[in-house]
Amino acid sequence: MEPLFRWFEATAIGTVVRESLWLFPVIECVHLLALALLGGVVLAGDLPLLGAKLPRAGRQLEPWLRGALFTIIATGIPMFLSEAIKCYFSPPFFYKMALLLLATIYTFTWRQRVTRAEPGTVRPRIEQLTGAVSLALWFGVGFSGRWIAFY
Amino acid sequence: MTFLQWLENTPGSVYIRESLMFYPLVETAHVLALCLFLGMIALLDLRLVGAGLRTVPVSQVAARFLPLGLAGFAVMAISGLLLFYSGPVKAANNIFFQVKMALILLTGLNALLFHFTIYKRVAGWDLAPSPPLRAKLAGALSLVLWCGVVICGRMQAYNWFQH
Repeated sequence: MEPLFRWFEATAIGTVVRESLWLFPVIECVHLLALALLGGVVLAGDLPLLGAKLPRAGRQLEPWLRGALFTIIATGIPMFLSEAIKCYFSPPFFYKMALLLLATIYTFTWRQRVTRAEPGTVRPRIEQLTGAVSLALWFGVGFSGRWIAFY
Repeated sequence: MTFLQWLENTPGSVYIRESLMFYPLVETAHVLALCLFLGMIALLDLRLVGAGLRTVPVSQVAARFLPLGLAGFAVMAISGLLLFYSGPVKAANNIFFQVKMALILLTGLNALLFHFTIYKRVAGWDLAPSPPLRAKLAGALSLVLWCGVVICGRMQAYNWFQH
């Protein structure tokens, strides 16, 4: 797999970002802002499932969830390309990617079914489990992401 | 020796700075709490601007989401203080840190102004999907200022304007 990551690092985008003084920090800022938004929207969906006395957003926040996730991935790719070889040797990077994949699939399949359901139609236990799994997955993504910088 | 230099030489500061696990953990807590704090603030701001949760009364968004946001803020403040404590001289001399602190002050003023003026009359526009202009302005200003805080916080790591 190492040749593939070397190829990633040599791509035009990767090179431009790596050789620029300001491009990586600027992309990183947008990545972080989208993360804050994603965190808020995910919490606004999960906490009511867990029983918190919050208004149910239903589908109202779905465009923001998709927008935040799109922005995170769109800014994550150039950052990854600029330091693909470092990522190759970073265990947290692989944890993060695996968790991100799981969290994304889960969010747009099972979790979406539960958050879109009419209140009272899903058993509370199932709701709680759905919210807890979602929180755990996204927590793992954010946690391992921060640790790419250290290991 | 200045106060900040003294602070930087205290054993606690040295410990955090040189730790393999503690410093990354504090930083991770700072970033994850950001999601809780800014996420909740953003939800209220989006509601004020008229861009999200339009069917939920404004007072309900504020009453339900803000306490959670404040819990996030507490974690941010504690972890932020620890991060500052780990290298106070470097932080205090960093232009991004200085701007960040000024912006946080402005967000506080904006929130206070909103709370004691237009929000006092929230009963009149609680259910409006699109709140009055002054509420929209307060929400938009809050979003812009907090984005500035995050950007400055992130850029602090790069200290471009230091020797």
